[in-house]
Parts: sequence; C-alpha cells; structure tokens
Amino acid sequence: MDTILPVVFVALMGLAILVYAVLDGYDLGVGILMPNGDAHRADRDRMVASIGPFWDANETWLVLAVGLLLIAFPAAYSQILHHFYLPVTLMLGGLILRGVAFDFRTKASVSFQPLWEHLFKLGSLITALCQGWMLGRYIVAFDQSMLSYGFAVLSSLGVAAAYAYIGACWLIFKTEGDLQRRAVRWARWAGRCSFAGVILVSATNPLVNPGVFARWFDFPLVMFVLLIPFSCFLLFVLNELLLQRMPRAQDRFSWLPFVACIGIFLLCFSGIAFSFFPDIVPGELTVWEAASATESLQFIFYGAVIVVPTILAYTGYAYWVFRGKATKLEYH
Amino acid sequence: METLVLSRIQFAANISFHILFPTITIALCWILFYFKFRYSLSREPVYMRAYRFWVKLFALTFALGVVSGITMSFQFGTNWPGYMETVGNIAGPLLGYEVLTAFFLEATFLGIMLFGINRVPDKVHTGATLIVAIGTTLSAFWILALNSWMQTPAGHEMRDGVAYPVDWMAIIFNPSFPHRLIHMLLASGLTAAFFVAGISAYRILKGDNKHAPRLALHTGVLLAAILIPIQAFVGDQHGLNTLQHQPEKIAAIEAIWHTEEGAPLVLFALPNAETQHNDFAIEIPRVASLILTHDWNGELLGLNEFAGDHPPVAPVFWGFRIMVGVAVLMWLISWTASAFILRKKTLPTWLLKTLVASTFIGWVATLAGWYVTEFGRQPWLVTGILRTADAVTPIAPENVGLSLTLYLVLYAGLLVAYIHTLRVMARKAVEVEEYDMSEPASVGRAAQRREEEVPA
Repeated sequence: MDTILPVVFVALMGLAILVYAVLDGYDLGVGILMPNGDAHRADRDRMVASIGPFWDANETWLVLAVGLLLIAFPAAYSQILHHFYLPVTLMLGGLILRGVAFDFRTKASVSFQPLWEHLFKLGSLITALCQGWMLGRYIVAFDQSMLSYGFAVLSSLGVAAAYAYIGACWLIFKTEGDLQRRAVRWARWAGRCSFAGVILVSATNPLVNPGVFARWFDFPLVMFVLLIPFSCFLLFVLNELLLQRMPRAQDRFSWLPFVACIGIFLLCFSGIAFSFFPDIVPGELTVWEAASATESLQFIFYGAVIVVPTILAYTGYAYWVFRGKATKLEYH
Repeated sequence: METLVLSRIQFAANISFHILFPTITIALCWILFYFKFRYSLSREPVYMRAYRFWVKLFALTFALGVVSGITMSFQFGTNWPGYMETVGNIAGPLLGYEVLTAFFLEATFLGIMLFGINRVPDKVHTGATLIVAIGTTLSAFWILALNSWMQTPAGHEMRDGVAYPVDWMAIIFNPSFPHRLIHMLLASGLTAAFFVAGISAYRILKGDNKHAPRLALHTGVLLAAILIPIQAFVGDQHGLNTLQHQPEKIAAIEAIWHTEEGAPLVLFALPNAETQHNDFAIEIPRVASLILTHDWNGELLGLNEFAGDHPPVAPVFWGFRIMVGVAVLMWLISWTASAFILRKKTLPTWLLKTLVASTFIGWVATLAGWYVTEFGRQPWLVTGILRTADAVTPIAPENVGLSLTLYLVLYAGLLVAYIHTLRVMARKAVEVEEYDMSEPASVGRAAQRREEEVPA
C-alpha cells in the first residue's frame, strides 16, 4: 500500500491535469479567439453560449489537480508553488477576470459592457500564457539561465496557441454557418502555431535536460517511445487535411477535429509524463519522497473511488443535456 | 514590512473578499429552491418571476465566489508552506473532500440550473437547483470542519513535529465544529435574507409595482425575523463552547486582563495592552460571569493566565462588539418590518430605505465574527500545534508586496463593479420583467388579479 498509493495518486493527478487542459483549454481558447468590434457582437454571444454551461465545472478540474498535489504530495506542493509565486498570482488574476467577465459582460450597465468583453479576452490570454510559462519552467527544472527563460516564453506561446486550437475545434463542433467557417480558419492557423510549438518544445526538452535525453533514447525502448511524438505529429497533419475540407455537407464529422485535438493533448501529456516520472519536482523529489501519510492517502482514496466515477457520470449528463449546436445565448 | 505581516494581510484580504460571496450564495440558493419548489407546486407565475430575477443575481455572486475561491487553494502553498508540511495530513483530505463532494456537484449542476431551464423537464430543473443548494452547504461543511479543527484540534497524534490522523470522525466532529457550522449557516441565512429584502425594497422604491419584488421582500424580511433569535441562541452556545476549549479567546473578547470572580461585562473600553488595563471602561458588574458561567460569582480566566500566548485584545474585543451591535440592528429592523407585513400593512418609505441601507448588513456581522474567531486563535495557526510565524514562506517581501497590491486593486475594482451591477440589474427589472412564460392564460390572469390586491 505504501508504495502503490503515491503512484495511484500521481496517476489521478495526471488525469485531473489532462482533463483540465482539455476542458478549460477549449473554453480559454474560445475566450482568446473572441473577435473585437461591434460587428461581431452576435458571434461573441454565440461563442460564450457554447461554453456557458461548462466553464465553471471545467475550472474545478484545476482545483482538483492542485488539491491532489496538496493532499498527496504536500512537500512538492510547497516547493512548486514557491517557484511559481508570481506566475500563479498572475494566472489567478487572469482566471478571476475572465470568470467574472462572463457574467458582467451581459449584466453590467451598457457603457461598461465593452470593457468586460475585453477583460474576458485578456483574462483568458493571461491565464493561458501563465500556464504555458509554468509548464516551460517545470520542464527545465526551474533552471535560471537565459536559454531556459527563452524556452519558457516559447512554451507559454505554445500553450496559448494549443488552447486557441482546441477552442476553435470546439467552435466547429458547437456552432454552424458563418461562425463555423471562421472557426475553421482559426483552427488551421492555431493548429500550425501549436505544431511549431510542440516541435520546438520536444526538440529542446531532451537538449536542455540530459536525464530526459537519456530516457528517450535508451536503445531498445526508443523504437516504442518515439511512437508518441510520431503519432502526435501525424494527428496534426491529418487534422490539417481534415480542416481543409471543413465544413462538410450536413455538418458531417464536425466533432472530429475536436477529438483529434484531445488526442494531441493526450500524446503531449504522455510525453511530458514519460520524461519525468517518477520525479514530481524534476531532479528534486520523487512521488514517494513527497507523498503524505498513508492514513491520509487511504482516507481520501476510498472517497475518490466512489466520488470520481460519480463526477464523471454527471459531467457526462451535463454535456448530454447541452448537446447539439449552441444557437443563441439562452441566459437563464 | 516583513513577509509574515504582508502574507497575513494578503491571506486576510483574500479570505475576506472570498467569504462575502459564499455567505450570500449558500442561503440564496435555498431561497431560490423555495421559489422554484413553490412554483412547481402551485404554478403561480409570480414564484417563477421571483426565481428568474434572483437566479441572475445568484449567478453573478456565485461567479465571484468561485474565482475568489480558486485563489485560496493556491495560497497555502505560495505563502504558508509550513501549514501543509505540519498539518497537511489532516488539512489535505478535508480540502480534498470539499472539492470531490461539493465543488464538482455545484459547478456542474449550476450549468443546468442557469442554462438548462428549457432543455430539461421542470422537475429535473428544480432538482438541479436543490443539488446546487446541497453542494454549497456541503462545501461549508468541509471548510468549517477544517477551520474548527485548527481552532480545537482533536483525533490526531504528533510524530516528529508532524500531525497524523488517528480518528477521522473525531477530526471532523471536533469540539467546536457543530457550533461553528450552525453559526455560519445561520449567518449566511441572515446575510442572504437582508440581501434579498434590501434589493427588493430598492426596486419598490424605484416604482416597481409588480408582485414579485413584494414576494421577495416579504420572504427576506420574515426569514431574517425568524433566524435572528435562533442565531442569538446559537451564538451564546458557541461562546460557552469557546469558553470551555479556548478560554484565552473569551478573555480577549471580554477584555479580562486578570482572572476574577464575578467579572463585569465591559460594554465599552479602550483595551490597553501596555498597562494590561481597560481605559475609559463602561462596565456592568458581574454580568460577564453570569452570561458565561450562568453564576453571578463565576470565575473567568484572565489573559494573565496565558502570558505571551494570548491573542491581541483590541481586534477581538472590537470585532465582537461590532458583530453583536449589528445583530441587534438586524433584530430591530427585521422585527419592525415583520410587524407591518404580518398586519398586512404597506411598508412606509423610511422602512424601505432602512432596508436598502441594510442590504449588505450581513457582511459586516459575518466579517466581524470571523475576525473575532481568527484573531482569537493567534498567535497560533493551529492551536497548540503550529504558530502562524513558523508557517510563513521564505519568499522575499517585495514579491508578496507585489501580489498583495495586485489582489487589492483587483478586489476593490470587482467590489465596486459588483455593487454597481446589482443596482443596474435591479433598475432594469423595474422596467422589464419576464412575462414571456408559457403559462396557461387563466392562471396568469388570476395571478395578475392577485397582484393588484396585494399591498406593498
């Protein structure tokens, strides 16, 4: 139990981070893509309507991921957040702004509504950039060199592009007509930027981290693990070919680009997890060194076994209730 | 300033700003469920109109609560690493259960509650409202279990300076938990009741003659009138519980510097920490002993018994008096307004104006109460286990200063925007309200007739 539980919890935390990146990724992406100007008011309303019923629950996965880090690996929680003091603060500012702008943009007095529209977009962008920055800093094990900081800049742009990519694909899935056609254009643009970002990050990661290099190019395994980046690149290309032919008659396959994005996110995540496991703070702490008391892990484990499937079930129910195209903003 | 002071201010700012919103939404969601449930039973459109107006305000308030709450889950790590390192084995699972059993439940069904009214059957929608109400209350359950454990720890053992759980039931149902939970839920009920009454009174003063704001006004006023005496009783019990488990907090609340029998009730004073004496004191002899020990000559421990380990007196002493003073005001206002309502008389303009002025009165009492209990735990972060000063981050004060400034600017802006937007929404409702409901025409007309008969 003592050696298994930390692995179970790191897997659960990984799941929470991945689900968060996909779910909040698409709604942050929709926020980043919001077009400015009076002419696009109706588009903005529809874009917000497509994420309205979901964003709150999507953000809860972040709280769960941080919660699991705090519960299961308190030592890692303190160390990681110590390194991320300012980016976390800035990200929280971004999350606060976009979360409230969601309501204020329709409820505030007319003269303030454009301000909240801008803040919605800005908050989404800040959140994505900060998360990308933290990912980049984590990958280089908080190294202080100029090169590493450059890498973090690259990573923050890459994450923002990836969120815009999955957000655009979500819009292709949930909207129709003119907006859908624009979403296809956004998706192709954001897809190419994400592709460039993923390639640069994958190439730099083994170069700046000797440990990671050794792990990826360990000979007999290399054939197998290289399938991860290979499938990821293949998915990017296939999705681009698919997007070139979008939208199709009778809206066929409008869900497929979004699913392809989920695949890309899953593969990128697996690549990062493979690079670092079992370290939870790269080069500093393993999951076993950072784990909290077995009694505590057991207590939360029994609850999680019952509650997590329940959460997944009613999340599925909510997506089923709001299936189909988001046509107009049905506020309450 | 040092990192400790700045981090304490930052934590206080974050948690104070956060608590404003859940304090409203926990009980407001039950009020919404009441409106929706009455509508499901009677099909009277006025309940639906009340629901439709208040659910918009609920959504805005809830959003502010959610985003300011996310900040909290990062604060322990960024500013108080010693907290998780020492008591993480206890605090972690309690916070975890809050996320697992409450946050997902309320967040997911909130979507259905806000946007699903035309997509799910009416019963399912009413059920979603109930589930969100249960979720918000469960959230209060877990977080108050943790807070109470920090006040009166139980069910754990210490090994090498780290707390390990022994008995989870004893940890959750620690000695001060039931009192604190009920006290907080009632505080939420009172805050939401005055919030609903105040905004409804504002609509009526702006010339809204519809039935829905009157219904909401009456609901708010009567709810407050019922809850306030219960809260007074529960508050008293909570005080007795504190005397038993945290006597130093009571000594600070009552500004008792030296142990005495037949201690006086200090109504007003300037507690002087240097001379260990109350300046300009106005006291009623023996009454503090009577209230706390139910004996005129009961002995109350003074701060001298806890030399160096007792909370600062002034904030605790004043916080308590503000809380009680505001409660008395709430009692007066709600009972006066209830007297008019129960006699089916129109509320006079001065009373409506008083209600508008008291829209956020619950915030004052709630914050004052929390300051009493949190300052009252100092210098400990977890009583007897971890001192606040030992838990703070080694981060440079400049960084904490920067983040604190960012939060303060953001919070000030949001608070102004929130109150301003509430006003805009109330005014908009005066002019337009949803009549576009698919109600049988006869029921609609019957309700219309009733609306004309109802006095303000």
